[in-house]
Amino acid sequence: MSSPHDVVISGIGLVSSLGEGPDAHWQKLTQPGVRPVLEASRFAPYTVHPLPAIDWNLQIAKRGDQRQMETWQRLGTYSAGLALDDAGIKGDDGLCATMDMVVAAGGGERDEAVDAAILAASESRNDRDVLLNEKLTTELRPTLFLAQLSNLLAGNISIVHKVTGSSRTFMGEEGAGVAAVETAAARIRSGQSTHILVGGAFQTEHSDMLLGYELAGYLHRGAWKPVWQRQGGEGGGVVTGSGGAFLVLEQREHAVKRGRKIYAELGAVVSGRARRPRGGLDNEIAALLKQAALPNGELLAISGASGAHAATAAEKSVLDANPAIAARAFSSLTGHMKEAQFPFAVALAALAADRKAAYPVFDAANEKPFSGIPRAVLATAIGYHQFEGVALVKAAD
Amino acid sequence: MANLRDHMGRSIVAVTGIGVVTSLGVGKTDNWAALTSGRSGIHPITRFPVDHLNTRISGMVDFLPSSSKGASLLTYELAETAAQEAVAESGLDADDFGGPLFLASPPVELDWSERFSLYNSDSQDIGSERLLRVARGLKVTDIFETTQFGSIADRLADRFGTRGLPITLSTACASGATAIQLGVEAIRRGECDRALSIGADGSATAEALIRFSLLSALSTHNDLPEKASKPFSKDRDGFVLAEGSGALVLESLEAALARGATILGIMRGCGEKADDFHRTRSKPDGSPAIAAVRAALADAGLSEDEIDYVNAHGTSTPENDKMEHLSLSTVFGERIGSMPISSNKSMIGHTLSAAGAVEAAFSLMTMRESVIPPTINYDNPDPAIVLDVVPNQKRNAEVGSVLSNSFGFGGQNTCLVMAREPV
Repeated sequence: MSSPHDVVISGIGLVSSLGEGPDAHWQKLTQPGVRPVLEASRFAPYTVHPLPAIDWNLQIAKRGDQRQMETWQRLGTYSAGLALDDAGIKGDDGLCATMDMVVAAGGGERDEAVDAAILAASESRNDRDVLLNEKLTTELRPTLFLAQLSNLLAGNISIVHKVTGSSRTFMGEEGAGVAAVETAAARIRSGQSTHILVGGAFQTEHSDMLLGYELAGYLHRGAWKPVWQRQGGEGGGVVTGSGGAFLVLEQREHAVKRGRKIYAELGAVVSGRARRPRGGLDNEIAALLKQAALPNGELLAISGASGAHAATAAEKSVLDANPAIAARAFSSLTGHMKEAQFPFAVALAALAADRKAAYPVFDAANEKPFSGIPRAVLATAIGYHQFEGVALVKAAD
Repeated sequence: MANLRDHMGRSIVAVTGIGVVTSLGVGKTDNWAALTSGRSGIHPITRFPVDHLNTRISGMVDFLPSSSKGASLLTYELAETAAQEAVAESGLDADDFGGPLFLASPPVELDWSERFSLYNSDSQDIGSERLLRVARGLKVTDIFETTQFGSIADRLADRFGTRGLPITLSTACASGATAIQLGVEAIRRGECDRALSIGADGSATAEALIRFSLLSALSTHNDLPEKASKPFSKDRDGFVLAEGSGALVLESLEAALARGATILGIMRGCGEKADDFHRTRSKPDGSPAIAAVRAALADAGLSEDEIDYVNAHGTSTPENDKMEHLSLSTVFGERIGSMPISSNKSMIGHTLSAAGAVEAAFSLMTMRESVIPPTINYDNPDPAIVLDVVPNQKRNAEVGSVLSNSFGFGGQNTCLVMAREPV
């Protein structure tokens, strides 16, 4: 039963190595046996899923704006623009000025050349703190700071797309994406907002972004494999990808009045913080699924599994324990997109509900076919290190 | 019997615990004594060498065990210390808080000390290749934890027994206010009876200082550090980078009264509006900040005439103070010249991600103590900014309601309205 205050998804903006936009992703991901786009040499021994060619001008009209950002912020601003376009909000000053925004963000790119020069000089200097002052005061580009600030992705979305109702940035890897979607949905359900832009972006093609995983040995090394097949492989199991995912969440009544296409309804969004060092992540994930009140019968699950050994094994054991669930781990094909992971999972779930069809298996050895019409689709993001969340996405009608 | 619902039928949100740390000290008592005597916490930087730096002063917190251990550990300790004071005052279980956590904290990066030690522990390859190779050989994850944006909140959640997925947020210099706003909203939506909102910032590293310095945002008044932060003065020349933390225990008034808690103040309203003009400058007409103030008043159900005092953002940068004056005079009209408006930052500097929470804590104390802390260093008023800034000396005054402003890079504008008593 739909209600006027339901949360619906009325706009989707996606970028990954597979391309850009919901249609391109649907076409690629429904091609049986589709191969991932991989870059195995630039960051060897790590493989990444690189960005596709993007004409930034299409969503960031001013060159001056583009110059103020590095790739991460451009990617997020671009993906946000795609979602706004898709929802028919871009360029509508009234709707943009009242639109709320929750962005899930990490940090932007450091200047690798400056850092490398400082590190090289540190080998022959004992006064490293003085060295740091000497180099940073003379070699840092002043505006680079703004390209690194977490909340400046949202800031750039305000500047470029004029979304100015409110602007909040959540940090904290996958959990930030979960909390962003959860908070946005709660705002709409309670009548605080009518339409919200929510999402994130991750640009992995930068050594610091890989270092953020590798300081705990989370990255997979050696040849690419689907996420479910990385247990026991060399390294920690995560293969990263560059990408962005933004959603326009809207109160159903608001979207209907505007005469907009509704992809899907966003049902329960449930988050958690398992105390993983104590064990029992699988029980915590099972509890999240219970809270999400899964419908009876066959259920398609868009899994955000990262490949990280412990978290992925826990998620797999819970999904496998429910014979009704047919999981699709999209990171096999896109790579892990950190803060964007959960919004991406929700977007793919909404697409399946909208197109009334499931994705074929991405890993025939570990995923089972789904032949029915997915009326409800589960989306998951079990953090590679901490924090978990799931959402139930339902057919629009 | 107090009214338990506000003008929009929502749960009224009370404050039942307050904690604070700044360069002036740990805890409300020390901070309040210093603030009301007009003492500055700004001092010369000793944490790292200041060679080549244009700014050599700050409001760093140098007296905690983690003060020299890097931004992530210090930010955690600041948050924990303030939260401990707040939770203790509330009388709630300090290990089993039982509500969600909202943490405003600075974006994290791998500290340079760690970069240097990782890099110099090996000699093969150069640059990032070497760092990555050393990284994957590490046997412990403590360095890794300092680079995860969610780790500080995760530790705090363990420490205080908060419920659910903790939210770590950044809205730049408005972050502390946003953390409070998120807590207020969660209670109003009925998601919880209580929330722990913290703003903490221990990120005054050399690189952070240089980055702000390169944007010409910092005061270079190095010779007399305690005089460097001079909000609303004609010769103000930038803000003073500082550290600190503020924590509030927020509770529905109903739940607080039911357990017999002391009500320290009421969070009446929150308002925000993003600016689409520029990354660091506000729209010349001040309309976003004006809209944020008005949104906070509307949310609080108060008119302009019902605000007794403004706890200003008052950073001491030429741009902020001019724009804040424009915004406030637009909202408050002629009354602006006669209502008290002071800046805590004149004494504690700009605590960045913590500022909104620290200043909310001081705003609540202003009402409870009936004393308005002064704007110090107000020796050379800016003739273009005619305000009653409570110059140089504290003022005894009954204050029933406060507006606290927070504005940040990236077009962030968040305002809080607090009241002494429930409606």
